[in-house]
Amino acid sequence: MDRRNFLKTMSIAVSVVAVSPTFSKKAHANPDKFQQALMKITGGKTPTPSDKVQLKAPEIAENGAVVPIKVLVNLPVEQVKAIHVFAKDNPNPYVFSIYFTPQNGRAFISTRIKLAKTTVVHALAELNDGSFLEASQKVKVTIGGCG
Amino acid sequence: MPRKALVKIKPRRYKKGDIVTVATVIMHPMETGMRKDKKTGKVIPAHYITDVEVYYAGEKVTYMKTTSGLSANPFIAFNIKVDKEAPLKIVWKDNTGDVTEKVVKIKFAQ
Repeated sequence: MDRRNFLKTMSIAVSVVAVSPTFSKKAHANPDKFQQALMKITGGKTPTPSDKVQLKAPEIAENGAVVPIKVLVNLPVEQVKAIHVFAKDNPNPYVFSIYFTPQNGRAFISTRIKLAKTTVVHALAELNDGSFLEASQKVKVTIGGCG
Repeated sequence: MPRKALVKIKPRRYKKGDIVTVATVIMHPMETGMRKDKKTGKVIPAHYITDVEVYYAGEKVTYMKTTSGLSANPFIAFNIKVDKEAPLKIVWKDNTGDVTEKVVKIKFAQ
């Protein structure tokens, strides 16, 4: 190998190495954000999937700007402290939290949220003993309604 | 500046001790701060509701922390156990310091 070729290959290899970390960082920016948002609420605890948490969301949403969701926790309201909702692939994954007292009678929330694209919606129920229960559902978002 | 808000209690007639659904809607743009104005190309500043508080007979019974992830003109429905005839006050606060209050009276059917 002559010197000219050697330099050429070296420069390509270096540039590939230099560029690749920035690429991978970009691709993983959102899951990191989701994990960070989750950490902020749970404080490092892992939520356990449970059928006690009922998340009702459409499987296909025509309009990502208005996606109706309902969350009901099938436990006495005295045991439930809060419900937290996350949309995994949103630019801002944390959507809302609602905190309950026994006066509520039932741990239930119905509202409308925005979804940037097809994503998984997570509903976390925070119990008074500090544990977390989770339910999640994938919602397909068709943009524009032409496809 | 108070915004237009609606509060509805379902069902319309209820007895003492019932669990009723309180449905609320407030007129609010809920700007995320990421959208651009199509004509000028400038970013529209974030403007969204951050807190919703519910008081029943002067006591805070439930509250909500919200972000711009809620749709425009947010609709929120939750449950309240009605055990006394008292005002139900709902307060919306947004990130510009705007506060809107709405009071409905809890009255049992005769």
